[in-house]
Amino acid sequence: MRSKLNFFSDEKFRSIFFQTLVIGLFALGIFFIVQTTAYNLEKRNIATGWRFLTDPAGFDISFSPFIDFKSTDTHLDVYFVGVLNTLLVSVCGCIAATILGFLVGIIRLSSNWLLVRVAYIYVEFTRNVPLLLQIILWYSILIQLPRVKQSLEFLDIFFISNRGVYSPRPVFETGFSYVFIAIILALISSFLIRRWAKKRQDETGQQFPVLSSAFGLIIIAPLILFFIIGSPLSFDYPALKGFNFKGGMVIRPEFIAMFLALTIYTAAFISETVRSGILSVTKGQREASASLGLKKSWIMRLIIIPQALRVIVPPLTSQYLNLTKNSSLGIAVGYADLVHGFGGISLNQTGQAIECMVIVMATYLTISLTISLFMNIYNRSIQFKEK
Amino acid sequence: MNEITESRKPPLATTGILGWLRMNLFSNWINSLISLFVLYVLIQFIPWILNWTIFAADFKYNFNGAEITDRTMCSRVLDPENGGACWAIIYVRFYQFMYGFYPRDEVWRVNLSYIMLAVAVVPLLFDKFPFRKHFLKFTYVFPVIAFFLLNGGLGLESVSTNKWGGLLVTLVLGCTGIALAFPLGIVLALGRRSNLPVISMMCTLFIEFIRGVPLITLLFFGMVMLPLFLPEGVNMDGLARVLVAVTLFQSAYMAEVIRGGLQAIPQGQYEAARSIGLSYWQMNMKVVLPQAIRISIPSIVNTSIGLFKDTTLVIIVGLLDLLGIGRGALADTTWLGLAYEVYFFVSLVFFIFTFAMSRYSLYLEKKLKTGINMGAD
Repeated sequence: MRSKLNFFSDEKFRSIFFQTLVIGLFALGIFFIVQTTAYNLEKRNIATGWRFLTDPAGFDISFSPFIDFKSTDTHLDVYFVGVLNTLLVSVCGCIAATILGFLVGIIRLSSNWLLVRVAYIYVEFTRNVPLLLQIILWYSILIQLPRVKQSLEFLDIFFISNRGVYSPRPVFETGFSYVFIAIILALISSFLIRRWAKKRQDETGQQFPVLSSAFGLIIIAPLILFFIIGSPLSFDYPALKGFNFKGGMVIRPEFIAMFLALTIYTAAFISETVRSGILSVTKGQREASASLGLKKSWIMRLIIIPQALRVIVPPLTSQYLNLTKNSSLGIAVGYADLVHGFGGISLNQTGQAIECMVIVMATYLTISLTISLFMNIYNRSIQFKEK
Repeated sequence: MNEITESRKPPLATTGILGWLRMNLFSNWINSLISLFVLYVLIQFIPWILNWTIFAADFKYNFNGAEITDRTMCSRVLDPENGGACWAIIYVRFYQFMYGFYPRDEVWRVNLSYIMLAVAVVPLLFDKFPFRKHFLKFTYVFPVIAFFLLNGGLGLESVSTNKWGGLLVTLVLGCTGIALAFPLGIVLALGRRSNLPVISMMCTLFIEFIRGVPLITLLFFGMVMLPLFLPEGVNMDGLARVLVAVTLFQSAYMAEVIRGGLQAIPQGQYEAARSIGLSYWQMNMKVVLPQAIRISIPSIVNTSIGLFKDTTLVIIVGLLDLLGIGRGALADTTWLGLAYEVYFFVSLVFFIFTFAMSRYSLYLEKKLKTGINMGAD
């Protein structure tokens, strides 16, 4: 018979005991931290709370393409500008890095020895040098471009100088919204056509020219509409006035440096996942499809890529997450992203360290989780479905 | 008719240098065009870069033979057309790049630590190292020795960490981060796979939280928020605060890598260990973890490479690592405008370390693969 004193060797009791112990210690730790923090804050005369969010920021942000930011705007506006800038450079970087990464990954499997070597050197160098260093290096190259007065001109509408790239800004006039709606409708209908065509092909074997119909719907039709309405689009050209350009649109060197560094760095990693993904498709698949008489491009598109994607997508997701998180390094070159604008300048001006850091971390968590969620949905859609 | 016909030689066009060229560079007209284009770019680029970094570069003396003491004496400032890199800035600042502002009289302590680091790490990496067992004993005590050697105490003069810099800070952050994160990562990985729901949930939340935010926010957390959490009178210096952040960050990534290794261990191993009466800890320490860690070492090295590169982020919170010293050198007005030289040098140092680590991880992967295929172990 088991004595009552020996209940510690009972697994169920032990499990409950340890879990209660952990919760207790955790709660004690939290209590201790909250106590000391409250004391420390009081001693430093820092009032906690979210009221500072509506106070005027009092500083300017040099790069805010979506919101017209003035120094009288609030810290909350700084936050939104930061989020948008983070998302802007992340989205641009993810798209460009995917394209470059796939290109380099395929090149590394090509039959051209020289090209393979060059791609290999690119991958090894960019992967093994810290990203922060690359960002700073790109930035230092960009700010050594000629001054505004001697800026490099392209076709008299693009001006490249150490203040960034000035280009014409599209001005949408009334009526352009129709074109915009047409494009969205075209996108939706192309998507539906693709589904219908696939279903029909599965059932009857008849093919439908999906690509050319999508091209017609998305590009040609809105273009015709655009000219029928009377070209409701004009451009605001940059012009040199005094010491700076007036009008037009400017892409700041901070953004370009971030974009280039993030793209080139992440593309090297993506190329490796693409390469291993394609290599993971066994030789037999290629040979079997070739013996069926499929064209080379069809083998790639119908046999290799769908199977390789299953291997590629999970690590690709983590590369997208890394790129988004790495966009926080913009602070090193003064790119006004979430960390630099809100977590840096706003934090220093208001002294609300805890509130600012909580908001910044929560925002990154939200972005990360959203990316994971969407990539997981996509991943599930391409995984092998066992019937 | 049974005579053996001698086998014919392969066509000339597929053998030798010409054959190789044909197969690898000029297999069809697109490949030929690409090859020619790449060759053209390389012919333009390689001599230029070699010229800039070596042949036309100044090392200690400029083209007049004068010793370079500031930027105006660099060949590329005196003669922008022909002058190459001006490595004198590295030469002049070499001490800072290696040791930061560590007092010159005490620098032997850093050098000794560097040597001991090599002695502690190399036997750890290669399991055929002679007398490995005895060296590993040293590896365990090395952190303690290094701490007192670098920081002072036990009769050595104390050197405050704000005098540390350059490669010293990079290596301290990288090595300490990896060494501390490893056991923490194991605990977190085991915790996440634990049957106890509270522990598993807490570990999962911690890991996912850390992996969801950028390192820079954790560094800010360490710099700005950690002092608020500590009771009055407890002061952590900057390096220690950053180390806390770096360790927490790395442990979450390490945990995921080790969890991957744990998942690869077949259920039978757990069941077998349990059936011979091993407890949870005995099972993990003696049966599961040794196998799991062995297969996850390549990935552990890969995350360690990531951490080693990420240590550069500490410049944002004001620590002077290798990159920080480089930026400091550039801010010096006597050396203004030599950014490429400095960044080139810093990249090279990082490249040497990370490339060596990545080669090591490849070597391990190969070794693991052959080990499994041949049924060894």
